[in-house]
Amino acid sequence: MPQYSQFQPKPYRPRMSAFWYFDRWPFLLFVLRELSSFFVAYFAVLILVQIYALSAGPTAYAGFQACLRNPLMIILNAVTLLFVLLHAVTWFNLVPRVMVREVTGRQLSDFLVASPNYFVFIGASAIVALFILRIL
Amino acid sequence: MPAAVIEAGSESAVETSSHDILLIGGGGAGLRAAIAIAEANPRIDIAMVSKVYPMRSHTVSAEGGAAGVAGKDDTLDEHCYDTISGSDWLGDQDAIEAFVREIPGELLQMEHWGCPWSREPDGRIAVRPFGGMKKMRTWFAADKTGFHMLHTLFQTSLKYASITRYDETFATRLLVDDGAVQGVVAIELRTGKIRAITAKAVIICTGGCGRVFPFTTNANICTGDGMALAYRAGAPLKDMEMVQYHPTGLPFTGILITEAARAEGGWLLNKDNYRFLQDYDLGKPTPTPVFRSMELGPRDRVSQAIFGEFEKGRAFHGPYGDYVHLDLRHLGEHKIEARLPMVRELCLKYENVDPVREPIPVRPVMHYMMGGIHTDIHAATTLPGLYAAGEAACVSINGSNRLGSNSLGEILVFGRRAGESAAQYVANGAKPSNRNHLLALAADEERRLEQNFLHKNGGTERISKLREEMQRAMERGCGIYRERNSLVENANKISELQERAQNLTLEDHGRTFNTQLIQALELGFMLDAAETIVHSALNREESRGAHQRRDFPKRDDQRFLAHSLVFRSAEGPPRIELLPVVITRWPPGERVYGREH
Amino acid sequence: MADTIILEVARFLPERDTEPTYQSFEVPLRGDWMVLDALTYIKDQLDGTLGFRWSCRMGICGSCGMMVNGVPKLTCETLLSNFAPGPVRIGPLDHFPVIKDLVIEMEGFLGNLQKVRPWIVRKDDFKPQREFLQTPAQLEGFKQYTLCINCMLCYAACPVYGLDPEFTGPAAIALAERYNLDSRDQGAEERTDVLSQHDGIWDCTVIGECSRACPKHVDPSLAIQQYKLTATKEWFKSWLLPWGNK
Repeated sequence: MPQYSQFQPKPYRPRMSAFWYFDRWPFLLFVLRELSSFFVAYFAVLILVQIYALSAGPTAYAGFQACLRNPLMIILNAVTLLFVLLHAVTWFNLVPRVMVREVTGRQLSDFLVASPNYFVFIGASAIVALFILRIL
Repeated sequence: MPAAVIEAGSESAVETSSHDILLIGGGGAGLRAAIAIAEANPRIDIAMVSKVYPMRSHTVSAEGGAAGVAGKDDTLDEHCYDTISGSDWLGDQDAIEAFVREIPGELLQMEHWGCPWSREPDGRIAVRPFGGMKKMRTWFAADKTGFHMLHTLFQTSLKYASITRYDETFATRLLVDDGAVQGVVAIELRTGKIRAITAKAVIICTGGCGRVFPFTTNANICTGDGMALAYRAGAPLKDMEMVQYHPTGLPFTGILITEAARAEGGWLLNKDNYRFLQDYDLGKPTPTPVFRSMELGPRDRVSQAIFGEFEKGRAFHGPYGDYVHLDLRHLGEHKIEARLPMVRELCLKYENVDPVREPIPVRPVMHYMMGGIHTDIHAATTLPGLYAAGEAACVSINGSNRLGSNSLGEILVFGRRAGESAAQYVANGAKPSNRNHLLALAADEERRLEQNFLHKNGGTERISKLREEMQRAMERGCGIYRERNSLVENANKISELQERAQNLTLEDHGRTFNTQLIQALELGFMLDAAETIVHSALNREESRGAHQRRDFPKRDDQRFLAHSLVFRSAEGPPRIELLPVVITRWPPGERVYGREH
Repeated sequence: MADTIILEVARFLPERDTEPTYQSFEVPLRGDWMVLDALTYIKDQLDGTLGFRWSCRMGICGSCGMMVNGVPKLTCETLLSNFAPGPVRIGPLDHFPVIKDLVIEMEGFLGNLQKVRPWIVRKDDFKPQREFLQTPAQLEGFKQYTLCINCMLCYAACPVYGLDPEFTGPAAIALAERYNLDSRDQGAEERTDVLSQHDGIWDCTVIGECSRACPKHVDPSLAIQQYKLTATKEWFKSWLLPWGNK
């Protein structure tokens, strides 16, 4: 029985479930977006380790490369790539949602605001790829 | 599902509180009055009782604008003349002169409080034409003027610590001691607690009673509460037969399509694509709007014209009755988006029609009560300590027909006047109260609520059924065109419904947020309002403005250049008296639209 | 289209229940009915004890916000036939205490509105002869944020508010920005104290569901992000130019 005394109704206070982000797709996407920052941080650390290995000489670097060939590392880095892409895409798509109106005048469509980010991303990736593939 | 029944204690559980001035109603007029009192004297303790949170008040739905003389080529006298002729000479000219003089200042005050009026390119406030007005003088905030005004007033009212709000508290009875009004008994919805709030003065700002009719622009909450409260306390209501039909409401929902759509250039067309208003002495059609002509005629005449088309069989037939077309297509998408965005939104959502591409189906729907609680030009009623303002009151500045964009101004001017009058009354030492008597009255009201509603079992009548029967009867017997037989039948029907309402069946006996109890009480208020409307209509044997009698088709200034005052009788039909109209500088003339006088 | 549709409506009466349960009602399925029409049908014809708020039925008063199949909606603007064949689940707005059935406690929300000081604040004594001049461009600068009808759908959509009821919330912050950006107002500095707080703008993690839920396209999320930029600029100014702009 509820504890009710006359003229003092107790409102029902709902509790959010611990797995609230599974309720709706936009919530899950949001949580994954936030989690992707861990993978971005991991990748930054990985690059620092790579640079350190490079400066420590060819044996150290060979050891680093061998480490990267480990199947577990490949899986981890593949997942990291996916999360970094998710991170980039969700943040690019957010730019028109957070752009201050005085700058854009609100006449620019979302596409016009988000697309420069994609162009620069694809362009920069293309240039880096050309270097890696020894074309440049 | 069985509802819990709480046993009442044997003693009264009424909680009492006391303030200086009590407002019933938290819409435009109520908030303006509260702010006026708080600014005049911050030491006055103000209470505001409202059955909804203030930003839900019906002021929020007003769309078109508020008229106020602004331009150099416009004069106060012209606004007066437009309003007086619009009222078909039933408006009190001293009140109208005061209103027209004070309204520009009030609208500017709103601007200083932050109201986002639409602007000209140079930054000055823009005005638009409106029905029945000879010059452009209607200030507007896109097509959501009432919404912006209400939110501006509500947010501004939050500044004042002297205002205590009792939100979602439903007033059921005025406390009257020795003829003076000294408070109210009200139900606090959230807990079901009954409160007696005493005050030295009470201001009623509860709005109109559109829900008495089946097709109305009015919200669910417009049930004539304040009018009935005053009526039951012995204050007379005035000109209740003057019920305004707005020409353009959507057919099923009754949702308002603002007059601004016609002011911006919309056309009314019958099923032959013909601008039929020219057949009803409203002028000749022109491609762009002409003041006081055709679609910019006054609401009563335009509604009557549309009704004429229904009777001639020249209207469209739909599942909810006949309708005509409001055509905005020639205005173009750009203008519609800039000036009438809400109209477009409403048509798309509720009729699946895009005004840019198709004409809008419209029909006349009940919209506004020109009548209300009788007050003088200082918003005082005949009962000491009781004031009223806004649609709930009748000063009268609207007479037998209100011009569009005069009511948003009315709530500001008379809201302020009511606040100042009440503050003055309190400062002069209001009537001392007999606290014991008031508490006894409150306990009596508590008993009535419990015996007749909360603890009542059995009963045979459903609230919704009685409400529908009332609405159908009012539409049939007391609509745009009336005549003796239908009015008498209607009066008998209302009487019968009042009898049957003594035997309501209520399923909800709970205390917490009992909205069925509120519905039952509102039904009682609506039946009282309906009674005053029908009997006043029966008594007025002439046609004037919105009151059209087929059996008395002419205006009769000899007998009826007067207001109808309706007083409640203990037994039998209400008593009607006539109160002569105040004429100052405009003797009664012919009401001319669409051609030169 | 079938003749009828089932509505599963949340019921809760504090005198009797400790938590809500769902009750099924069969209502007519008419092509032009909104969900609200179905609820008023239930109250009028089937069960008069059902409690819910409504008033204008045209999407301007903000009373009728409820969860419809888990999504916050204004029931007066939500077409019933969109959910055919049903059933449709109607519940009270998420993240608010429930008083009864579909009615939620709003006092917290009103407290949030009050605390951001939503009125024109003037620091000087300047009173214009008539109106403050405000160009259409200046009006556009804040007009969108004036459109909020206080329906609280954004609070029901925001998981941050659900997890932290102290969060000032989207509508209140958008209202503060409405005044901050109004060319007639001079109270931006005053409002910083309330807004630039842990439970103010900094609680927002840019999920964006508030703007998606908003029936009036107010875009409160933009207001919050806009203010984050303003607040950050002010913070830098306060220690780089401590004596400037005083």
